[in-house]
Formats: sequence, structure tokens, C-alpha cells
Amino acid sequence: MTESTLNRTTVPVLPADPTASDLDEIALSLGEYAQILARLGRRPSEVELGMFGAMWSEHCGYKNSKPLLKLFPTTGPRVLQGPGENAGAVDVGNGLAVVMKMESHNHPSAVEPVEGAATGVGGIIRDIFTMGARPIAVLDSLRFGPIDRPRNRFLFEGVVNGIQRYGNCIGVPTVGGEVYFADSYSGNPLVNVMAVGVIESRKLIRSIAQGVGNTIMLVGADTGRDGIHGCSGLASRELSDENEEQRPTVQVGNPFLEKLLIEACLELSETDHIVAMQDLGAAGITSSLVEVASKGSVGVEIDIDRVSRRESGMTPYEVMLSESQERMLIVVRRGREDAVKAIFDRWGLHSDIVGRVTADGRVRVLDAGQVVADAPAEVWADPPVYRRQGIRPAYLDRVQAYNTDNLKPVLTPGDSLLKLLAFPDIASKHSVYRQYDYSVQTNTIIGPGDGDAAVLRLKGTNKAIAVATDCNGRYCYLDPRLGAQIAIAESARNVVCAGGEPIAVTDCLNYGNPEKLEIYYQLEEGVRGMADACRALGVPVISGNVSLYNETNGEAIYPTPTVGMLGLLEDLGHARGMAWRQGDVVALLGNNAEQSLGGTAYLEAVHGVVAGRPPALDLDVERAVQATCLEGIRQGVIRAAHDCADGGLAVTLAECAIKGGVGLAVGRAEIDACAGELPARAERWLFNEAQSRIVVSLSEDDLPKLAEIARAHGVSLTMLGAAGGERLIIGDWLDLPISELARSWQGGLSSGGHDD
Amino acid sequence: MWHASHQLDHYDCVILPGGFSYGDHLRAGAIARFAPVMGSIERYAADGGLVIGICNGFQILCEAGLLPGALLRNDCLQFRCGWVNLRVENAHTAFSNAAQPGQVLRMPIAHGDGRFYADDATLARLEANGQVVLRYCDAAGRTTAASNPNGSLNNIAGIVNAAGNVFGMMPHPERCCEEVLGGTDGRLIFESIIATIRSRQVAPAPAGR
Repeated sequence: MTESTLNRTTVPVLPADPTASDLDEIALSLGEYAQILARLGRRPSEVELGMFGAMWSEHCGYKNSKPLLKLFPTTGPRVLQGPGENAGAVDVGNGLAVVMKMESHNHPSAVEPVEGAATGVGGIIRDIFTMGARPIAVLDSLRFGPIDRPRNRFLFEGVVNGIQRYGNCIGVPTVGGEVYFADSYSGNPLVNVMAVGVIESRKLIRSIAQGVGNTIMLVGADTGRDGIHGCSGLASRELSDENEEQRPTVQVGNPFLEKLLIEACLELSETDHIVAMQDLGAAGITSSLVEVASKGSVGVEIDIDRVSRRESGMTPYEVMLSESQERMLIVVRRGREDAVKAIFDRWGLHSDIVGRVTADGRVRVLDAGQVVADAPAEVWADPPVYRRQGIRPAYLDRVQAYNTDNLKPVLTPGDSLLKLLAFPDIASKHSVYRQYDYSVQTNTIIGPGDGDAAVLRLKGTNKAIAVATDCNGRYCYLDPRLGAQIAIAESARNVVCAGGEPIAVTDCLNYGNPEKLEIYYQLEEGVRGMADACRALGVPVISGNVSLYNETNGEAIYPTPTVGMLGLLEDLGHARGMAWRQGDVVALLGNNAEQSLGGTAYLEAVHGVVAGRPPALDLDVERAVQATCLEGIRQGVIRAAHDCADGGLAVTLAECAIKGGVGLAVGRAEIDACAGELPARAERWLFNEAQSRIVVSLSEDDLPKLAEIARAHGVSLTMLGAAGGERLIIGDWLDLPISELARSWQGGLSSGGHDD
Repeated sequence: MWHASHQLDHYDCVILPGGFSYGDHLRAGAIARFAPVMGSIERYAADGGLVIGICNGFQILCEAGLLPGALLRNDCLQFRCGWVNLRVENAHTAFSNAAQPGQVLRMPIAHGDGRFYADDATLARLEANGQVVLRYCDAAGRTTAASNPNGSLNNIAGIVNAAGNVFGMMPHPERCCEEVLGGTDGRLIFESIIATIRSRQVAPAPAGR
């Protein structure tokens, strides 16, 4: 063998083993390195080692969460694609599928909020059209530290700016989401973005490479030096004060380019030129290449010398690990390359032939003919999996022991309500969503702020979908399992209130460092809680993402398993908002007997205490209440619905009144009627956060019908009064004009003054 | 029609829709104004063809000089999405004849650069010629500062050129043509255009060259 042939076929292995600190740069441990040596039977090359760092990161490899994720129910009659693809897909009839996925972009947003959030939006939208689906909606679930601190406000405003910049420009409406604030998110904000798309089911595209000899093309943006080590260095490690140095690991997005990429890829999906498509997200070319190969049980060989680049002098390592945005890897049928290129040319996008599908099951990377990486795809695709035994954190006993029985009121009930309405978690998010284009594409029936979920019609049908995100991090902190159950239950309830039947879940599991066994406990309990509730309510998890290591200087965030819920409306006429109309009667589904204020927004906002047990959840009752509400809507009885959540019944009533511009007087008899057996006490009745409650409004004539539906489901129904007047009056506890309620609610997020 | 085309086929009306052409890089509409197709649109307009620009389309028409004035960053310096009220100032244009003079319309807006600006002389000319077609107002039709979502001069939301065949507006009539989307006032704009085309059909509309 001549020397030159030898060079072409031999991997240039590292001259010596890397040190622990070298490995830490790419978030690998010495133990993991030992496994790499064993699997390869030799030292890795520099490129290979970088690929291991990326593929074995929690972000790509789920090495801490994989066994837990198996607990989720992921199948059902509607499921066309469960977890494991770029996004999940469910059948909604009419030959259509709804595709959805949620993903985190927490650490990039902590380091560079505008671009971090923007590329979060771009990345998740890419997951949708990679499946061949047209993106029709984005939702954002955001968490920050208290906004009275300048750094937190900077991050909050930057993230919102990034979302609006990317989402508005690309022409996908941002229709919903949530914003919460708590100390634990200071320094480690959460930016969870959910995207939803629609496709004719038969056109769904997968990311499974097939057909030896088929061509691998890289399309879209050129490859630059941005985002290198984004998934290993940034997403899969804790943050510290040195994160400023990590700004180069954040990618920079170009929404216009992605808009072109959407149109080109959707045009491509109408042809039969391709066998697979995979977007380049975390770990760039590395992960997309390994994934298409391992899913297809084939090999792939590419020459990165053929990859168009933004700058000269990039090393193979940099090209393989770049997280430059707006790129896509496609597997093209042999002979169709020119046809594919013509489509991308028309949209003004690059398309490079970079390699081919091979038979040997290996991922082989060449740089101008010189091998720089070469190993079986599984070596990278199946990272070591850690099964840990979690330890119940000590703090749980302490916080759960907190008893609210003897809590002394510090404000009048009216002032407490005003304070709650202005509490940033509860306050109107109008100042946020008015920056998002939520009506583009002309599908939005219920937009942000008008209902418990956003409702979008499915063009060409009489159907619509309802989408909502939800998670109460405070509950999950106080009881990781119950809090996660409630996240599922409440998001399903939200979708039901808007008229939809819950049919699928996507999620984003945000936790601290799972190597700490107390955190692992939170994660495991959270997954179990979600799985419990999903099973009870009959909704499968079809996609999701795990974001661990959400800690700053050793302090973990609240466990935050964010849930994205999809509901289906068989008739778009079932869409419901929350606003009352003059003369409608207002009633409560479910009862108001909860006697504890543990874990409530009231306890935090008014008393400054985060403790106690979150409200109990009976999943059978939950299911019955949701079924009642849905049937009431479908029969045309319920005109508006709003669930009781943060701030309890009083806040729910106030929000419906503000939205409708019409008041309500709840009399003593009505108060007692839904208070259970114990005597009603002001703060408890007004602000408890008992689950499984929905405030509905309807014509008085329809009350007997609703009573019948409720009776059939064994759900209690209590009349609260008739909507009218300009004041919210609850017994002799509070009496406030709607204008004053609205002022508090609308001003809660502003840095001074009021939101218009 | 495709942006790179140099040829305009026979059309009754050209609509430049909204949508961040070229990502609003440089300035909203500043690059689209140089798109190859714009040359034919300019000739089409010069020959009396109907052209309407909505949102980014309005910005492009201003950049291209087909409409006077400019659209600056909203005075709040943020993107604004929501519903606005519009008063019909001139119901005798090709784009507003289906509305009543003074009628208040409800339409969505979604823009970051919608603040209409023109120098004093231009503004005076627009007002004197009845070229201001739509103005932001409150529900009662009063043109207040609070009802102006972006700081546009004289609350201007839509203008027509002196010849009356080129129209630009920031609000989105196409997003409110169905009850299910929250309103149908946008239909008035399209019904006006259709009525104009019908009335013109005695003599065919000009073709682009």
C-alpha cells in the first residue's frame, strides 16, 4: 500500500488521550471516554471525539432521560408518528395530519436572549417542515427571574424581541404561550417553543436514509463558525458567571432564509425526488448524518470539502459541529439531483451534493478525500444510558409541612385580588403578544388572551385545532409528581375550555443537573406524573425534548415539565373564548371545597411564601369535568369557558369580567353552595387553586340542559349569578369596578406606568 | 407572479401583499423595490393599472416612489399586532367605493414600520386632493392620538396616488373577510376593487409590457 492510499483510508487518531479537562470542554467524562475507546477499539480522531461530545450530550443523546421517557404512553388510534422523529404527527381526519413538537432554547437565551430565542423559534419551525408540514402556529412558554431586577427584565425583553423578530418575519403566527417569573429562573430563563404544522397525512416525510447509492445533499444556508458546541458545551452543562464567554456558541438566525427554505422544502415534498429529510439543529451535520444513517440502518459517506461555507479556513471539526441555522440534509433518489437543485435554485438557496448512502452501516466523513471520521453509526447514535436511583430531596418535607390553616389575612379580599391580578404570573400578557403577529395566515379564530387556548381553523375543512402550553413550576417544586400531573390536566382543561378535545401532547422537560440524585428524583417523578395524567385522560405524548442542567452557580430551576396540548374541534363553530356577555348566567363546573392555600399564587403574591402542598388532583373528576364542558360546548349550551388556575376562582371571575366588560354579583347563597361542607372563608373561597374547575357562561334558558349534562357525568354545577353591571361583587367580601380590576391586571408586567 | 419575472401578463389588478420581503433587511421594502418584477409593475401603474399594496406592499410602493411619503418605525419602537378602527375618508376611489364616506371599519394590523410620514407640502397636497383614504380612529370615528397605533402623521392608514389607481394601506383587509376571523370589513376593499374592474371592463385594463 502506498503512503497516499494509506492517508486516504486511515483515520488520523489523536496522538494521545485527552485529559479530563479537555473532555469537559465537550461535556464528556473520563468514563465515557473509556467507552469510546472500547467501542472504537482505538483512539478517536479529533473530529470523531467532537462528534461523540455532541451525540452523547444529554441534548442529543438523552442519556439520563431515555429510560424515563419510555414511561410515557405514545400510541393511540390517531398517532401517525410518535417520539423519535423530527416531530410527532396525529391524524385529524380529512386525510390531514397535525404535526407538532416543543423544544427548549434555554441556555442560548440566557447567554444571548435575542438570538437565542429567535433561533429557538427557527429550530422548532424547521422540525415541522422537515416532516413536510406547513407550519401554522408557534407558542412560547417562557420563564424568567423576577422582572423587577434589571438583568431579568433585559432577558425577558430580549427573548420577546427575538421571538417577534423571527416569528413575525417568517410569517408563522405566534398564537399563545405563557410567561412566569420566579427566583429560580434568574440567570437560567426557560425559552420553550412549540410549533404546529399541517400536512396531508400521506405526504409525511421521515428522516430515515434508504437506498444504497442515493445522494446526500445539504441545502439552505452556508455553514459558518456559529453554534459550535452549542449542544454539548452550552445546552448540556450548568451555567455559571463565565457564560459571557460562551456567546460564540449561540447561533445567529436569518428568518428570511428560513422562509425560503420552508417554501423550497414544501415544494420538494410535493415531488418524489427524496427519501428522507433531516434538519440540522443541535450538533449540526454530525447529528443529522448519524440520525439518518442509524434510523435507516445504512451507512453514509460525505466529503465536507463540498460543504458551502461562510468563511474560509474552517477545520473539519468546525464544519461537522457548526450549528449554523437554516440548513437541511436531504437524501435524494439517485438521478434526481438536478431536479432537486433546480427547486433550491429557484428559491435562491444553495444545494450541495455532499455524499451518498452506503451499505456498510458506517458514518464516514472525508475532508477532500482524506478520512477524518469513520465508525459504525450506532457507536454515536446509542450513547451510554444512565439509570439512577433518585433521592427524595430534603426540602420537600420542609415545604410540604407548611400549613395554611392559620394564615392571617394581611390585605382585604379586594386588595388581595388586585394584587393577584397585578402579579406578573397572572397579569395580562398583552404587552407581550401584541408584539407577535398572531393573525397572519388567516387561521386564527381565538388569538392570545381571548381564550384558554388558541384556536386555529384547518383550511379546507370545517375543523379547527386548539393549542395551549402549561406548567406551574411552583407546584412542581412543591410536589414534582403532582405538579406534573396538573400540568397535563390543566393544559387539557385549557384546550377543552376553547372547545377542543385533547388528542396529543408534546413536552419540554426542564430540570436541573440529573447527576444530582435529588434532581434525578424530580425528573423521574415529573415523568411519572405526566404519564399518570396522560393515561387517565387518554392523550399520548407524540414528541418532546429534554433540557437538563438548568442551573446557575449550582442552583437548580423549579422542575418545569412544560406541556404543549393539542385539541381537535370537529366543528370550528365550537371555538370558545372566556368573555362573558351581558345577561348570560355564570356557573361553576366542579366544586370549590378546597380548604388549603398551599402552593397558591395567593400565598406567594400576598404573603411572599412558596410552600405547602399544591392542590390535590383527582384524575377521574378531572376527566368528568372536561367531558361535561366539552359536551356543553358541542351542544351549543356553553358560550364561554375559563378554567380556574393561578389565583383561584376570584381571578378567573375577574378575567372573564374584564374580557367581556361586564360584571357579576355572587350572593352568599351561591358562595355557600359551592364551598363544600365547611363554612366558606373569604381567602380560601376566593383564592384556593382546587383543580378540575371551570367557570362557564350560558343563556339562562340552557341551564337545565347543562345541569343534565353535568348530572350525567357526576359533576357538580353551581349557579354563581347573571353577568351584568360594571362591578365584580362577591358576597360582602369584595366589590370592585371592572375598570379597577382591569387596571391592575393590565399594569402588572409594565416597568412603570400601565400597559396602554 | 414571480419576483424575478420581467414580464407582467394581463391582470385586472396587482396586489402586493404583506410579508417581510427580503426579511426587511436594510429597510422595509427597500430591497423588494428593486425586484425585477417591479419595473413592469411601475409601467403597469403608469398605464393606469390598479395596484394595491398591503402592509409590506404599501412600504414597497412608497420605496418605489409609486406612492408619496414613507413608512417609518412605529413610534412605540415595537411591532404591533391587534385590531384598529379606520375611518373612510374618501369613498370615491377605486379601492373604497363600496364603503360609505365616514364609515368606521375594523381591521387587523401587524407591522413594525407603519408610521406614515411625508413632508409638510406632500402632506398638505395629499389632504387637499382627497388622497387620504383611511385614517386610524376610535370606535366612534374620532381620530385621536390613542387610536393611532404607530404615530402616523394625521392618523393616516391608507393613501392613494394622485391618479387614483395605486393604493397603499398598512392594515390587513385580507385578514378580515370572514366572520370566523373576527370581522368582514376587509371585504369592502376587495368589493370596491371588483366593482372598479367591472366598471372598467368596457375598456380593457392595461397590460404590462
